[in-house]
Amino acid sequence: MDEFLARNGAMLADGLARHLLLTGIAVGVGLALSLALALVAWRRRRLIPLVTGTTGLLYTIPSLALFAFLVPFTGLTLLTAEIGLVSYTLLILVRNILAGLDAVPADVREAADGMGHTGVQRLLRVDLPLALPLALAGVRIATVTTVGLVTVTALIGEGGLGQVMLRAFNLQNWGLVYASVGLMVALAVALDLAILGLGRALTPWTRAGGRS
Amino acid sequence: MIELAGDLAAWFADPARWTGTAGIPNRMLEHVVLSGLAVLVAAGIAVPAGLLIGHTNRGALLAVSVANIGRAVPSLALLIVFVSVLGLGFRNALVVLVLLAIPPILTNTYAGMRGVDRDVVEAGSGMGMAPATLLWRVELPLAVPAIVAGARTAAVQVVATATLAALVGGGGLGRYIVDGFAVRDEARLLGGAVLVALLALATERAMTLLERRLTSPGLGLATTGARPARG
Repeated sequence: MDEFLARNGAMLADGLARHLLLTGIAVGVGLALSLALALVAWRRRRLIPLVTGTTGLLYTIPSLALFAFLVPFTGLTLLTAEIGLVSYTLLILVRNILAGLDAVPADVREAADGMGHTGVQRLLRVDLPLALPLALAGVRIATVTTVGLVTVTALIGEGGLGQVMLRAFNLQNWGLVYASVGLMVALAVALDLAILGLGRALTPWTRAGGRS
Repeated sequence: MIELAGDLAAWFADPARWTGTAGIPNRMLEHVVLSGLAVLVAAGIAVPAGLLIGHTNRGALLAVSVANIGRAVPSLALLIVFVSVLGLGFRNALVVLVLLAIPPILTNTYAGMRGVDRDVVEAGSGMGMAPATLLWRVELPLAVPAIVAGARTAAVQVVATATLAALVGGGGLGRYIVDGFAVRDEARLLGGAVLVALLALATERAMTLLERRLTSPGLGLATTGARPARG
């Protein structure tokens, strides 16, 4: 065990750090884009089918095919990996943010208007906070999914732990294959729990009454 | 860009592309057979299990856990880890794809059963239906839209992951992409990507139509089900 770690520890740590970075960029950029798309669609409801249709189409295209489409244009780069990874977060995030916004009770919205909130104030103080539980549920799914998809980017020279796994597989070093896969699963579970915890901390009102 | 489009057109126009083991018809057939078989086997396991869990309301935690674990294990990792057990080739790919297809079908079947109006079930048993009749004549038809939605999610995911199976000797359209990467052949890479994307979109479309066909006319067109993991 000590010998295994001495030989592979640094590679696994690098892979883990890179995996986390790739996931973080994808979910961060995806969330910013999705928030913008969801808010536009929420204001102009006619656009909802267009937004969910387009993001749904992107979601349906297999990851390996999407990367293959991009490589002739953007090469074997971080950009190629992130374009693919971000595009897969959009459907889940947009849908959940929209569902969260739609779940804000009309009474609450009217009360906010009656108290003299402007449109932007109401959005920031009422609509978005109340949409948070469902939106964060989407962030959890998107994050766990992205951890898995980062693995596939090993085929275009990225991949974090996926790169370690493929290299170990080619050398038939099964110990290292299992170690890298174990770390991927641990990373997915850890991030999932971290976002769950963050959500609880940010939405104390959901625990005041019953459970949600 | 224009040059690339020309290369791509030439790749598709090459008569050699349409015959033999490495030809498009054979690769497409491999892909469809592998994916179709995986979804059928998975449905054969997950639908009865989901119906049982939903009907008896026991083992719900198991269903949820299976779905969560299924999402946390990357599909490419599963394909590679199972090589150590089953070796390279079709069998390994099939087993992994079945494992991937089970969670969405299981959770949707269970959710569909949970979503059946309790009043309707009570009316059924009040009419003297035996539990088996109730399951078959009342609960199942009402849960079908959710079940097929789960199968649609599973099918799209399986078609996508079957592409990755080319890395572990599973054949299929993924071979064009994997080989295209390996020898830096952009026409082959793009050709494979076009074929795989079309197959995935066609699968989604076909499953949506199936969902409409199988939904009892009395239910209208309720669309159900979330789309969980993908590969």
